[in-house]
Amino acid sequence: MVSLNKDKFIIAGRNFKSRLIVGTGKYKSMSQCARAVKLSGASIVTVAVRRVNITDKKKALLMDYIDPKKITYLPNTAGCFNSKDALRTLRLAREIGGWKLVKLEVLGDKKNLFPEMIETLKSTEVLSREGFKVMVYCNDDPLMAKRLENAGACAIMPLAAPIGSGLGILNKINVKIIRKQTKLPLIIDAGLGQASDATIAMELGCDGVLVNTAIAKAKKPLDMALAFKNAVIAGRQSYLSGRIQKNLMGSASSPLKGII
Amino acid sequence: MKKIKKIKIKINGSFKFVKDNTNLSDLLKTLKIPLKKVAIELNQEIVDKKKLNKRILKNNDKIEIVHFIGGG
Repeated sequence: MVSLNKDKFIIAGRNFKSRLIVGTGKYKSMSQCARAVKLSGASIVTVAVRRVNITDKKKALLMDYIDPKKITYLPNTAGCFNSKDALRTLRLAREIGGWKLVKLEVLGDKKNLFPEMIETLKSTEVLSREGFKVMVYCNDDPLMAKRLENAGACAIMPLAAPIGSGLGILNKINVKIIRKQTKLPLIIDAGLGQASDATIAMELGCDGVLVNTAIAKAKKPLDMALAFKNAVIAGRQSYLSGRIQKNLMGSASSPLKGII
Repeated sequence: MKKIKKIKIKINGSFKFVKDNTNLSDLLKTLKIPLKKVAIELNQEIVDKKKLNKRILKNNDKIEIVHFIGGG
Protein backbone atom coordinates (compact mmCIF):
# COMPACT_ATOMS: atom_id res chain seq x y z
CA MET A 1 0.00 0.00 0.00
CA VAL A 2 1.15 3.52 -0.69
CA SER A 3 2.11 5.03 2.61
CA LEU A 4 1.86 8.78 2.78
CA ASN A 5 3.89 8.66 5.99
CA LYS A 6 6.98 7.61 4.09
CA ASP A 7 6.32 10.17 1.38
CA LYS A 8 8.49 13.13 2.31
CA PHE A 9 7.99 16.69 1.14
CA ILE A 10 11.42 18.25 1.44
CA ILE A 11 12.29 21.83 0.55
CA ALA A 12 15.85 23.09 1.05
CA GLY A 13 16.61 20.16 3.34
CA ARG A 14 13.56 20.63 5.55
CA ASN A 15 10.74 18.14 5.73
CA PHE A 16 7.23 19.59 5.74
CA LYS A 17 4.19 17.65 6.81
CA SER A 18 1.68 19.17 4.44
CA ARG A 19 2.00 19.60 0.69
CA LEU A 20 -0.49 22.44 0.79
CA ILE A 21 0.98 25.91 1.24
CA VAL A 22 -1.54 28.66 1.89
CA GLY A 23 -1.43 32.41 1.49
CA THR A 24 -2.63 34.65 4.30
CA GLY A 25 -4.00 37.56 2.25
CA LYS A 26 -7.55 38.60 1.33
CA TYR A 27 -9.31 37.17 4.41
CA LYS A 28 -12.12 39.05 6.13
CA SER A 29 -10.22 39.07 9.39
CA MET A 30 -7.03 37.74 10.93
CA SER A 31 -8.97 35.29 13.05
CA GLN A 32 -10.70 33.88 9.97
CA CYS A 33 -7.32 33.58 8.29
CA ALA A 34 -5.84 31.78 11.30
CA ARG A 35 -8.76 29.34 11.44
CA ALA A 36 -8.54 28.63 7.71
CA VAL A 37 -4.79 28.00 7.99
CA LYS A 38 -5.40 25.56 10.82
CA LEU A 39 -8.11 23.68 8.92
CA SER A 40 -5.97 23.52 5.78
CA GLY A 41 -3.32 21.66 7.74
CA ALA A 42 -0.65 23.77 6.03
CA SER A 43 2.89 23.70 7.43
CA ILE A 44 3.91 26.77 5.44
CA VAL A 45 2.11 30.10 5.00
CA THR A 46 3.15 32.93 2.73
CA VAL A 47 3.35 36.40 4.20
CA ALA A 48 4.02 39.87 2.81
CA VAL A 49 6.45 42.50 4.07
CA ARG A 50 4.85 45.89 4.63
CA ARG A 51 5.24 49.08 6.65
CA VAL A 52 4.25 48.95 10.32
CA ASN A 53 1.30 51.21 11.09
CA ILE A 54 3.02 53.58 13.49
CA THR A 55 -0.05 55.64 14.27
CA ASP A 56 -2.40 52.79 15.20
CA LYS A 57 -0.42 50.50 17.45
CA LYS A 58 -3.48 48.58 18.57
CA LYS A 59 -3.89 47.03 15.15
CA ALA A 60 -3.57 43.24 15.37
CA LEU A 61 -0.35 41.68 14.14
CA LEU A 62 -0.26 38.53 12.01
CA MET A 63 2.25 36.96 14.39
CA ASP A 64 -0.30 37.25 17.20
CA TYR A 65 -2.64 34.98 15.24
CA ILE A 66 -0.29 32.60 13.46
CA ASP A 67 2.70 31.54 15.52
CA PRO A 68 5.87 31.48 13.37
CA LYS A 69 7.31 28.89 15.73
CA LYS A 70 4.54 26.46 14.82
CA ILE A 71 4.01 27.29 11.16
CA THR A 72 6.79 28.22 8.77
CA TYR A 73 6.48 31.77 7.49
CA LEU A 74 7.44 32.09 3.85
CA PRO A 75 8.07 35.79 3.17
CA ASN A 76 7.17 36.82 -0.35
CA THR A 77 7.91 39.78 -2.58
CA ALA A 78 4.35 40.38 -3.71
CA GLY A 79 3.95 43.83 -5.19
CA CYS A 80 7.55 44.02 -6.44
CA PHE A 81 7.97 44.83 -10.11
CA ASN A 82 11.76 44.80 -10.31
CA SER A 83 14.76 42.97 -8.93
CA LYS A 84 15.89 45.87 -6.73
CA ASP A 85 12.62 46.03 -4.79
CA ALA A 86 12.42 42.24 -4.48
CA LEU A 87 15.95 42.01 -3.07
CA ARG A 88 15.28 44.86 -0.66
CA THR A 89 12.08 43.20 0.55
CA LEU A 90 13.63 39.80 1.17
CA ARG A 91 16.70 41.21 2.90
CA LEU A 92 14.32 43.02 5.24
CA ALA A 93 12.31 39.82 5.72
CA ARG A 94 15.47 37.99 6.72
CA GLU A 95 16.28 40.73 9.19
CA ILE A 96 12.93 40.39 10.96
CA GLY A 97 13.99 37.07 12.37
CA GLY A 98 16.37 35.05 10.30
CA TRP A 99 14.09 33.92 7.50
CA LYS A 100 16.17 32.41 4.73
CA LEU A 101 13.51 30.35 3.02
CA VAL A 102 11.70 32.88 0.86
CA LYS A 103 9.32 33.14 -2.05
CA LEU A 104 10.52 35.30 -4.90
CA GLU A 105 7.82 36.87 -7.01
CA VAL A 106 8.67 39.67 -9.42
CA LEU A 107 5.68 40.79 -11.42
CA GLY A 108 5.77 42.32 -14.87
CA ASP A 109 2.26 43.55 -15.53
CA LYS A 110 -0.25 45.10 -13.15
CA LYS A 111 -3.26 43.66 -14.96
CA ASN A 112 -2.38 40.05 -15.68
CA LEU A 113 0.20 39.80 -12.85
CA PHE A 114 2.42 37.56 -14.94
CA PRO A 115 5.95 37.18 -13.62
CA GLU A 116 8.75 39.31 -15.09
CA MET A 117 11.11 36.43 -15.73
CA ILE A 118 14.28 38.36 -16.62
CA GLU A 119 14.16 40.23 -13.30
CA THR A 120 13.14 37.02 -11.52
CA LEU A 121 16.15 35.16 -12.88
CA LYS A 122 18.54 37.98 -11.92
CA SER A 123 17.09 38.10 -8.41
CA THR A 124 17.34 34.32 -8.00
CA GLU A 125 21.05 34.44 -8.78
CA VAL A 126 21.74 37.24 -6.30
CA LEU A 127 19.63 35.78 -3.50
CA SER A 128 21.16 32.31 -3.88
CA ARG A 129 24.64 33.83 -3.63
CA GLU A 130 23.56 35.61 -0.45
CA GLY A 131 22.54 32.34 1.15
CA PHE A 132 18.80 32.58 0.69
CA LYS A 133 16.78 29.47 -0.12
CA VAL A 134 14.67 30.78 -2.94
CA MET A 135 11.34 29.34 -3.97
CA VAL A 136 10.60 30.99 -7.28
CA TYR A 137 7.24 31.98 -8.69
CA CYS A 138 7.53 31.66 -12.45
CA ASN A 139 5.88 31.13 -15.77
CA ASP A 140 4.98 27.62 -16.85
CA ASP A 141 7.93 27.66 -19.24
CA PRO A 142 10.20 24.60 -19.05
CA LEU A 143 13.22 26.49 -20.41
CA MET A 144 12.93 29.25 -17.85
CA ALA A 145 12.32 26.69 -15.11
CA LYS A 146 15.64 25.07 -16.07
CA ARG A 147 17.42 28.42 -15.93
CA LEU A 148 16.03 29.09 -12.47
CA GLU A 149 17.22 25.70 -11.33
CA ASN A 150 20.70 26.46 -12.64
CA ALA A 151 20.60 29.84 -10.91
CA GLY A 152 20.14 28.13 -7.55
CA ALA A 153 16.37 28.05 -6.95
CA CYS A 154 15.34 25.59 -4.21
CA ALA A 155 11.83 25.13 -5.59
CA ILE A 156 10.14 25.89 -8.90
CA MET A 157 6.70 27.43 -8.59
CA PRO A 158 4.97 27.82 -11.94
CA LEU A 159 1.62 29.53 -12.13
CA ALA A 160 -1.50 27.56 -13.00
CA ALA A 161 -3.07 30.77 -14.32
CA PRO A 162 -2.87 34.48 -13.40
CA ILE A 163 -2.81 35.19 -9.66
CA GLY A 164 -6.29 35.27 -8.17
CA SER A 165 -7.94 34.30 -11.47
CA GLY A 166 -9.32 30.95 -10.34
CA LEU A 167 -8.90 29.53 -13.85
CA GLY A 168 -7.14 26.34 -12.80
CA ILE A 169 -4.18 24.74 -14.58
CA LEU A 170 -4.17 26.09 -18.11
CA ASN A 171 -1.15 24.28 -19.46
CA LYS A 172 -0.92 20.77 -18.06
CA ILE A 173 1.55 19.67 -20.71
CA ASN A 174 4.10 22.31 -19.69
CA VAL A 175 3.69 21.35 -16.03
CA LYS A 176 4.32 17.71 -16.97
CA ILE A 177 7.42 18.64 -18.96
CA ILE A 178 8.79 20.68 -16.05
CA ARG A 179 8.04 17.72 -13.76
CA LYS A 180 10.01 15.40 -16.00
CA GLN A 181 13.05 17.64 -16.20
CA THR A 182 13.52 18.60 -12.55
CA LYS A 183 14.04 16.86 -9.26
CA LEU A 184 13.51 20.11 -7.38
CA PRO A 185 10.24 20.53 -5.52
CA LEU A 186 7.64 21.60 -8.08
CA ILE A 187 4.82 23.63 -6.58
CA ILE A 188 1.87 25.04 -8.49
CA ASP A 189 1.48 28.61 -7.38
CA ALA A 190 -1.40 30.91 -8.27
CA GLY A 191 -4.55 30.65 -10.33
CA LEU A 192 -6.31 27.67 -8.77
CA GLY A 193 -10.05 28.05 -8.33
CA GLN A 194 -11.39 24.99 -6.57
CA ALA A 195 -10.20 21.93 -4.71
CA SER A 196 -10.18 19.65 -7.76
CA ASP A 197 -7.59 21.94 -9.39
CA ALA A 198 -5.23 21.04 -6.56
CA THR A 199 -5.91 17.35 -7.10
CA ILE A 200 -5.06 17.73 -10.78
CA ALA A 201 -1.80 19.51 -9.91
CA MET A 202 -0.81 16.69 -7.59
CA GLU A 203 -1.82 14.04 -10.15
CA LEU A 204 0.45 15.73 -12.68
CA GLY A 205 3.26 14.94 -10.29
CA CYS A 206 3.68 18.28 -8.57
CA ASP A 207 5.11 18.15 -5.07
CA GLY A 208 2.73 20.72 -3.66
CA VAL A 209 0.36 23.58 -4.33
CA LEU A 210 0.12 27.12 -3.06
CA VAL A 211 -3.38 28.55 -2.66
CA ASN A 212 -4.67 31.84 -1.37
CA THR A 213 -7.60 33.46 -3.18
CA ALA A 214 -9.48 30.21 -3.86
CA ILE A 215 -9.75 29.66 -0.11
CA ALA A 216 -9.88 33.23 1.21
CA LYS A 217 -12.55 34.38 -1.26
CA ALA A 218 -14.68 31.23 -1.29
CA LYS A 219 -18.19 31.71 0.13
CA LYS A 220 -17.13 29.50 3.02
CA PRO A 221 -13.38 29.88 3.40
CA LEU A 222 -13.07 27.47 6.31
CA ASP A 223 -14.85 24.68 4.45
CA MET A 224 -12.80 25.38 1.34
CA ALA A 225 -9.58 25.19 3.38
CA LEU A 226 -10.56 21.70 4.44
CA ALA A 227 -11.55 20.80 0.87
CA PHE A 228 -8.11 21.83 -0.40
CA LYS A 229 -6.41 19.84 2.33
CA ASN A 230 -8.27 16.71 1.28
CA ALA A 231 -7.81 17.43 -2.41
CA VAL A 232 -4.03 17.64 -2.09
CA ILE A 233 -3.87 14.40 -0.12
CA ALA A 234 -6.16 12.67 -2.64
CA GLY A 235 -4.16 13.92 -5.59
CA ARG A 236 -0.84 12.85 -4.13
CA GLN A 237 -2.14 9.42 -3.22
CA SER A 238 -3.65 9.05 -6.68
CA TYR A 239 -0.34 10.04 -8.33
CA LEU A 240 1.66 7.59 -6.24
CA SER A 241 -0.86 4.81 -6.88
CA GLY A 242 -0.28 4.85 -10.66
CA ARG A 243 -3.31 5.48 -12.78
CA ILE A 244 -4.68 3.08 -15.41
CA GLN A 245 -4.04 3.54 -19.10
CA LYS A 246 -6.62 5.46 -21.05
CA ASN A 247 -8.43 3.29 -23.62
CA LEU A 248 -10.65 4.24 -26.49
CA MET A 249 -13.03 1.33 -25.91
CA GLY A 250 -14.77 0.02 -22.79
CA SER A 251 -13.58 -2.86 -20.63
CA ALA A 252 -16.24 -4.60 -18.52
CA SER A 253 -15.65 -4.66 -14.79
CA SER A 254 -17.71 -7.84 -14.19
CA PRO A 255 -16.43 -11.22 -15.43
CA LEU A 256 -18.17 -12.68 -18.47
CA LYS A 257 -17.76 -16.28 -17.18
CA GLY A 258 -20.88 -17.66 -15.55
CA ILE A 259 -23.15 -15.17 -17.19
CA ILE A 260 -26.78 -16.40 -17.24
CA MET B 1 15.37 79.21 28.38
CA LYS B 2 17.30 77.43 25.70
CA LYS B 3 15.11 76.07 22.96
CA ILE B 4 15.55 72.34 22.31
CA LYS B 5 16.77 71.79 18.81
CA LYS B 6 14.63 69.48 16.73
CA ILE B 7 15.28 67.67 13.49
CA LYS B 8 12.88 66.50 10.80
CA ILE B 9 12.85 62.81 9.86
CA LYS B 10 10.58 60.65 7.73
CA ILE B 11 9.20 57.41 9.18
CA ASN B 12 7.26 55.07 6.91
CA GLY B 13 6.50 57.95 4.60
CA SER B 14 5.35 60.45 7.26
CA PHE B 15 7.32 63.40 8.58
CA LYS B 16 8.10 63.61 12.27
CA PHE B 17 10.06 66.02 14.42
CA VAL B 18 12.34 64.53 17.04
CA LYS B 19 14.88 65.95 19.45
CA ASP B 20 18.36 66.44 18.11
CA ASN B 21 20.72 63.65 19.11
CA THR B 22 17.96 61.01 19.28
CA ASN B 23 19.14 57.53 18.45
CA LEU B 24 17.13 54.83 16.67
CA SER B 25 16.68 52.78 19.82
CA ASP B 26 15.06 55.75 21.64
CA LEU B 27 12.83 56.45 18.68
CA LEU B 28 11.55 52.86 18.45
CA LYS B 29 10.91 52.79 22.18
CA THR B 30 8.86 55.98 21.94
CA LEU B 31 6.88 54.47 19.09
CA LYS B 32 6.43 51.23 21.11
CA ILE B 33 7.62 49.08 18.23
CA PRO B 34 7.99 45.37 19.10
CA LEU B 35 11.58 44.91 17.93
CA LYS B 36 11.37 41.14 17.54
CA LYS B 37 8.64 41.47 14.94
CA VAL B 38 10.13 44.14 12.68
CA ALA B 39 13.06 45.08 10.48
CA ILE B 40 14.42 48.60 10.24
CA GLU B 41 16.00 50.52 7.40
CA LEU B 42 17.81 53.82 7.77
CA ASN B 43 18.24 55.61 4.46
CA GLN B 44 17.72 52.33 2.58
CA GLU B 45 20.33 50.48 4.62
CA ILE B 46 19.23 47.70 6.96
CA VAL B 47 20.15 48.43 10.56
CA ASP B 48 21.37 45.71 12.90
CA LYS B 49 18.76 45.59 15.68
CA LYS B 50 21.50 45.11 18.26
CA LYS B 51 23.15 48.37 17.30
CA LEU B 52 20.16 50.69 17.21
CA ASN B 53 21.44 52.88 20.02
CA LYS B 54 24.57 53.65 18.03
CA ARG B 55 22.63 55.16 15.16
CA ILE B 56 22.10 58.85 15.91
CA LEU B 57 19.43 60.40 13.74
CA LYS B 58 20.21 63.30 11.45
CA ASN B 59 18.01 65.84 9.73
CA ASN B 60 16.14 64.37 6.71
CA ASP B 61 16.87 60.76 7.65
CA LYS B 62 14.43 58.29 6.14
CA ILE B 63 13.39 55.36 8.30
CA GLU B 64 11.36 52.35 7.24
CA ILE B 65 9.93 49.94 9.80
CA VAL B 66 8.38 46.81 8.30
CA HIS B 67 6.75 43.64 9.52
CA PHE B 68 4.85 40.66 8.15
CA ILE B 69 1.23 40.97 7.14
CA GLY B 70 -1.15 38.60 5.37
CA GLY B 71 -0.21 37.97 1.76
CA GLY B 72 -0.31 35.36 -0.97
